[in-house]
Amino acid sequence: MFHIYCPHCAEYREEEEFHAAGQAHIPRPLDPEACSDKEWGEYMFFRKNPRGIHHELWVHAAGCRKFFNMTRNTQTYEIKEVYKIGEQPSVVAE
Amino acid sequence: MTQQNRLQSGGRIDRSKPLTFTYNGKQFSGFQGDTLASAMLANGIDVVGRSFKYSRPRGIVACGAEEPNAVLQLGATEATQVPNVRATQQELFNGLVSASTNGWPSVDNDVMGLMGKVGGSMMPPGFYYKTFMFPQSLWDTYESMIRKAAGLGRSPLESDPDTYDNVNQHCDVMIVGAGPAGLAAALTAARGGARVIIADEQNEFGGSLLNTKETLDGKPAAEWVNAVVAELATFEDVMMLPRSTVNGYHDHNFVTIHERCTDHLADIAPVNQARQKLHRVRAKWVVLATGAHERPLVFSNNDVPGCMVSNAVSTYINRYGVVPGNELVLMTTNDYGYQAALDWDDAGRKVVAIVDTRASGCGARAEEARKRGLNIITGSAVIEVQGSKRVSGVSVAAISADGGKVIGSVTKLKTDTVASSGGWSPVIHLSSHTGSRPTWDDKIVGFVPGPTVQKQLTAGGINGQYDTAVALKQGFDAGQKALTETGLSAAEVVLPKAETLKSDTPMTLFHIPHIKPTSAAPKQFVDYQTDVTAAGIEVACREGYESIEHVKRYTAMGFGTDQGKLGNINGMAVAAKALNKTIPETGTTIFRPNYTPISFGAIAGRNCGSLFDPERYSAMHKWHVEHGAKFEDVGQWKRPWYFPQGNETMQESLDRECLAVRDSVGILDASTLGKIDVQGKDAREFLGRVYSNAWAKLAVGKCRYGLMCGEDGMVFDDGVSACLGDNHFVMTTTTGGAARVLEWLEIYHQTEWPELEVYFNTVTDHWSTLTISGPNSRKLLSELTDYDLSNDNFKFMDWKQMKVAGVPARVFRISFTGELSFEINVQANYGTHVWEKLFEAGKKYNLTPYGTETMHILRAEKGFIIAGQDTDGSVHPYDLGMGWCVSNQKPFSYIGKRGMNREDCVRPNRKQLVGLKTKDPKAVIPEGAQAVLDPKAPIPMPMEGHVTSSYWSANLGHSIAMGFIKGGLDKMGETVFYPLADGTVIEAEICSPIFLDPKGERQNV
Ligand SMILES: [Zn+2]
Repeated sequence: MFHIYCPHCAEYREEEEFHAAGQAHIPRPLDPEACSDKEWGEYMFFRKNPRGIHHELWVHAAGCRKFFNMTRNTQTYEIKEVYKIGEQPSVVAE
Repeated sequence: MTQQNRLQSGGRIDRSKPLTFTYNGKQFSGFQGDTLASAMLANGIDVVGRSFKYSRPRGIVACGAEEPNAVLQLGATEATQVPNVRATQQELFNGLVSASTNGWPSVDNDVMGLMGKVGGSMMPPGFYYKTFMFPQSLWDTYESMIRKAAGLGRSPLESDPDTYDNVNQHCDVMIVGAGPAGLAAALTAARGGARVIIADEQNEFGGSLLNTKETLDGKPAAEWVNAVVAELATFEDVMMLPRSTVNGYHDHNFVTIHERCTDHLADIAPVNQARQKLHRVRAKWVVLATGAHERPLVFSNNDVPGCMVSNAVSTYINRYGVVPGNELVLMTTNDYGYQAALDWDDAGRKVVAIVDTRASGCGARAEEARKRGLNIITGSAVIEVQGSKRVSGVSVAAISADGGKVIGSVTKLKTDTVASSGGWSPVIHLSSHTGSRPTWDDKIVGFVPGPTVQKQLTAGGINGQYDTAVALKQGFDAGQKALTETGLSAAEVVLPKAETLKSDTPMTLFHIPHIKPTSAAPKQFVDYQTDVTAAGIEVACREGYESIEHVKRYTAMGFGTDQGKLGNINGMAVAAKALNKTIPETGTTIFRPNYTPISFGAIAGRNCGSLFDPERYSAMHKWHVEHGAKFEDVGQWKRPWYFPQGNETMQESLDRECLAVRDSVGILDASTLGKIDVQGKDAREFLGRVYSNAWAKLAVGKCRYGLMCGEDGMVFDDGVSACLGDNHFVMTTTTGGAARVLEWLEIYHQTEWPELEVYFNTVTDHWSTLTISGPNSRKLLSELTDYDLSNDNFKFMDWKQMKVAGVPARVFRISFTGELSFEINVQANYGTHVWEKLFEAGKKYNLTPYGTETMHILRAEKGFIIAGQDTDGSVHPYDLGMGWCVSNQKPFSYIGKRGMNREDCVRPNRKQLVGLKTKDPKAVIPEGAQAVLDPKAPIPMPMEGHVTSSYWSANLGHSIAMGFIKGGLDKMGETVFYPLADGTVIEAEICSPIFLDPKGERQNV
C-alpha cells in the first residue's frame, strides 16, 4: 500500500484516501471538432503502459478532493515526485 | 498419559502445570510451555497426517513456521474450527482439541492407502498442469478423488464467535524477529530514542537462543534475552509483539503483522478480548532479522515419520525437554548438524551413528562427538530409510567426494529416528514480497536478500550469518544505521560475548544418491506438502521445463500452504543437476505474502457483519420501517421498494400503488437522489459543457433535465438541475451515480478548465426530498402552504421557495411519473415532520406511499429512461430517441459532442430504444431477453437487441416494455420475437415507448 504525499494537503497519507485516475498530461483537444476520428480515438482510448517511469493523475478523494500528478516507477512502485496540475514533471523516463 | 519421550528435567516448560489435549479424539497430556507439536512428540505420536498425493504417513519434521506435515484442524466446537494450523507454532492450552486433516477416514487406517498407491501412478508429475491444460473429462475423473484425499482442513459451518481487530501503527524502526540480531537492533534503536516495534512469531523473544545451550558472557543465553526484554519494556516508545508473525512486507515500508492474542489461552477468546489483531505498520526503516531454516537432505523414504531436520531435534530436546525417539542416526553435510547428536547424547539416548557426507569433519562439534566416542561414519550418506509408520532402520553407503554417486557397499543400521542437515536457507521471504529478487550466494550456499528500493536493513541469519557473535554485531549495526537515517544520534550498546565454535567447510549437497537411478529409487521427497519427489522434478526437466518457475508449476513444488519453505532450494538443486546448470541459472525463488497462513477474521477485523459496508438511510427511514416497507439496496442506500398491505403479493402492492398515483396522489421518498450544489460566476457555462443540452438561457426559478455523456458520446447519468440564482444551481444525479458525477465535475474543472470560477459541493444528505405525484397533489400541497400553487403562478418546470408545513422548502414542479408532481425539498431534519404532515392532510386523498418499483413502472408508462438500466455505456442520446436533449448550437464543444459524431455513432442500424407491446397483453417479457426476427432461425440466432425495462402496467391493463432494437426507430409497427430459456417465445410489436398520455397533458394541469 502506497504512502502518498498530497501536494495540496502537504502531508503523507495512506493510499486508501486516494484514487488513481489514469495517465497524466492528456489534455482535451482545444477544438474537438477539428479532430479526425482517429485523433479523437487516440485522445479517448490510447494510453501508455510503461515499465518504469510513468506520470499519473491521482485524486485525494477522501481528503481534499484535489487532483495532482505523480511520477511513479511502475516496476518498483517508487513514487519519484508529486506535482500540481499545470506543472511539469522533473523526473522523466530516459 | 505417559509422555514417554519427556525428559525428567530441562527445557522451558513448566512441569508443575500439566495440560490435557485431544488429538483425533484421544486424550493426551503435556505441559505449559509446550507447542502442540512438542506435546505430540512427548507422547510418541508419530503420524500426523497422510500425504496429499501418495497418502503416505507423515510425521513432524520441523519445529516452526517451516513445518510441512503437522498441519492440523483445531477447534472444540463447530463455530471455533480453525483449519491449517501448524502444530509447531500452536501453543498448548488445557482442553485443546486437534485433528489431522488429510487422512481419510483416519491417518492410521485409511481406505485411501490403497487408492493412494493407485493415485501415485494416476497422478504423475505434471498431473495438475495436464489436468488443467487438457480435456475437461480428465478433471471430472479425478476431481472427487483429489478433493477427498487432499485438503488441509475445512472451514467452520457456523459463525466465528470471536472478534478481531485491525490496528494502524507508525514507527521509526520495525524489527522483524527477536533472535540475537533482532534484539541487538531493538536495544540499539531503543536506546537511541527511536520509536520501535519488534515482532516475533514465537511466544517469547530470543529466537534461536531459546533452543540451544549457548552462553553469552559465560552465562546461559536466556539471561541476556531476559535482560534485554526487561530493558526494552522500560521504553515508552517500544512496542514488543510476541506471537506476532510479520506476514507481509508491502510497498513503501508497509508491514502487516498477524498477532495471535489469545490463541494460546483457549478455544475461544476471553470476554472482551480480540482473538487476533492485524497490525498495519508504516515504518521509516525495517530491519529484517528473520534468521534461517535448516534444509533437510533428500534421500529415499526421507518422509517416513521419525525423519526430521537436525535443528528440530535439538530444539525439542533443549527447549521442550522432549527426545523424539530412542535411537538417532544423524546425516549431515556440515559441522552444525552434529549438534543434534550431541544434544541427543546429553539426553541419555542412543546415538547410533553420525553420518558425515564429507571425507572428514573436524569442526568443534565434530571433535566433541569424537571425544565422546560417538560412532562417526565419514564420506557416507543415509541413502534409504526403512519403515512405514515409523523409521525402523537406515541404509548407509559411502558416496563419491562430489556426492554424485554411491561408491561403497550398503550397511544397514537399526534406528527409529533420522535427523538430517543440508545446511541453512536464509528466511528471505519478506525481502522478496516487494519484488526484490533474491541473490544466490555461493559462499553460504543459499539465497540472500537482493537489492531493494525499500528502506530495509538485514541482520544475522537472513544474510547467511549463523554465528551468534556476527548476528549480534549485525543487529547492532542495523540499529545504528536506522538511528542515523531517521535523524537520531547513535546509541551506546555493549554486546555480550558469544562463544565462537570452530567449524570447517560444509559440503554443497542437497540430493543424496541411491544405488539405483533416481527414477527407480524409492521415493526421495523434496516438497513434503505437495508430494514432489526428486524423480518428479527430473521428469519435468526431461519434458523440457528449464526455468524453475515452470518446473514449480509443472510439479506443484512450493504450492502448498508452507510455500515450500523446506523444499524449494533442494528442488532447485535437483533441477539444476538434471539440467546441468547452476542453481541461480535455473532462476530464483520468489515468495509472496503471506509468510504463513492468516485467518480471514484477522484480515476483516471489525469490518464484518453490520460494519462490513455502511448502510445509508434517508431521514424518513424509521417511518418506512414502521409502515412495513420492503427495502431495496441502491448503492449503499436502503430505499423503500414497495409498501405491502395485509397479505398482498408484491404485484398486488405495485398495482395498488400505481393506480393510487394516477387516480389521486402518491408519495415517494426521493431523498437519495444525488444533489450537487454548483456555484460561481461560471457555473452556467460549466453546466453547458458537461450536459448535452443548452443551459445558457435557463432563467432563475426554472428547472431543466439534462443528459450527461462521456467523451465517447455515451450517456452515463441524467437528472434535473435548478437555477437558484445567476451564479447558483443545484444539480441532481442518479442515486448510484452521485459520487462518480461529483468526481467527473471536479476532474474537468481542475485539470481542463481551471480558469472557470465554479465550486461543487455534495449536499445529498442535507436535504430530504418528498415527491408527491398525482392529480390531487396540488390540492394536498395547498393544505400545507399559503403559497399560490396555481398553474399560472407555479408552472411546470418551475421551482419556488415557500414554507411547507411551517418549514422553509424548495419545491420543484417537475415530474418523473407524467402526473402533476411536486418535489418538496426541506432540510433533512425537517423531513419526517413534513412527511407526517402530508399524511395527516393526505388521508382524504388516499395519499399512498410508493417505492422504487412503482416509480420504475410509472416512469416506464411514460417512456422515461433510467440511466444505468436503459443505458449501459454504449448508447448516445440519439440511440435513446432523445435528440431533443442535445444542443448543437452551443459554442463550446460540450463533453460528448465530438464522440457522438464518430463514424460508428452515426451509422445506420444502431440499436435504438423503442417501446415493446406484447401480442399477448398479459405476457411480461423478462428484462434482458434477446430480440430476434425469426424465432425458428438456427441457433445461434441473429440477435436484434434486448429488453431493458419490462413491467405489468395496472393503469393500462397490459404489459409494457422498453428495449433496444437495431434501427428500431424506423421499425415502428414491426414484429420481433423473444425466445426464452424455457422454450417459449413472446411476440411483440415495436412501438413508441410513451405508452400513456403521449401529449404530456396530465403533468401540465
Ligand atoms: Zn489532499
